[in-house]
Amino acid sequence: MKIGVITFPGTLDDVDAVRAARYADAEAVNLWHADEDLRGVDAVIVPGGFSYGDYLRCGAIARFAPVMSSVVDAAKGGMPVLGICNGFQILCEAGLLPGALVRNKKLHFVCRDQWLRVENNTTAWTTRYEAGAEILVPLKSGEGGYVADQSTLDELEGEGRVVFRYVGENPNGSRDDIAGICSANGRVVGLMPHPEHAIDALTGPSDDGLGMFLSLVDSLVNA
Amino acid sequence: MARVVVDVMPKPEILDPQGQAVAGALPRLGFTGVTSVRQGKHFELEVDDSVDDETLAKIAEGFLANPVIEEWTVRRLP
Repeated sequence: MKIGVITFPGTLDDVDAVRAARYADAEAVNLWHADEDLRGVDAVIVPGGFSYGDYLRCGAIARFAPVMSSVVDAAKGGMPVLGICNGFQILCEAGLLPGALVRNKKLHFVCRDQWLRVENNTTAWTTRYEAGAEILVPLKSGEGGYVADQSTLDELEGEGRVVFRYVGENPNGSRDDIAGICSANGRVVGLMPHPEHAIDALTGPSDDGLGMFLSLVDSLVNA
Repeated sequence: MARVVVDVMPKPEILDPQGQAVAGALPRLGFTGVTSVRQGKHFELEVDDSVDDETLAKIAEGFLANPVIEEWTVRRLP
């Protein structure tokens, strides 16, 4: 199976996302922002970084990239999509996920290993985790505060669409300690912390992040 | 040609940490009496006469502002 990883100008974490896909025994396919063709991939990762320099707002320009209109169409057809950090911001700007990411409450760029609680283990990207499991993955972002209006937050909570929540001190002022959310069908997941940096204890704080990519492979095999 | 100004501000209910930082710094600089600061963005567009108000609204709402977190105004300068 093929997992596409998009590279925009300014993307940083595409190489680690490709590596994570390979660790999960999937074939990684590099996708370029200017291409509309998704090259037959079964899922897409929108990785972290600073697409188009984060000019205007994080993710605001990337959502208009040709590849993103194909991703939006494919996601609406049920294809799994994972947005990590800048990728999460892009998915929100593109309307695939509700809400928005704003400047961290204390204005500082936060870079640390972060504990997360898995609140929903039924999405395409989280079935390998026990519900309520706590995982340790890196967090590195300056605009990671998740905001949405109250009715959207109530809807997310009511439908179990908060996928990850920060454990311990909230690093960025996210509403309700939200670190990651999913679409109504559980196929599109976005989160600020970086599971792709925690797939091997040799190079990350843990291998807790690998479960997301293994979950995706499971969901494709079982589909 | 016309000059169009688009002002984008965070919605009142959205935390504005940049504005708060500015407000917090003012007393340290000796300026008292400013109780609140909100920081936003100001765009100046030069447009030709073929660009109508509807298009300008689309530009503001669909790109320059994120309606989830921001409010915007569009005005043509005389």
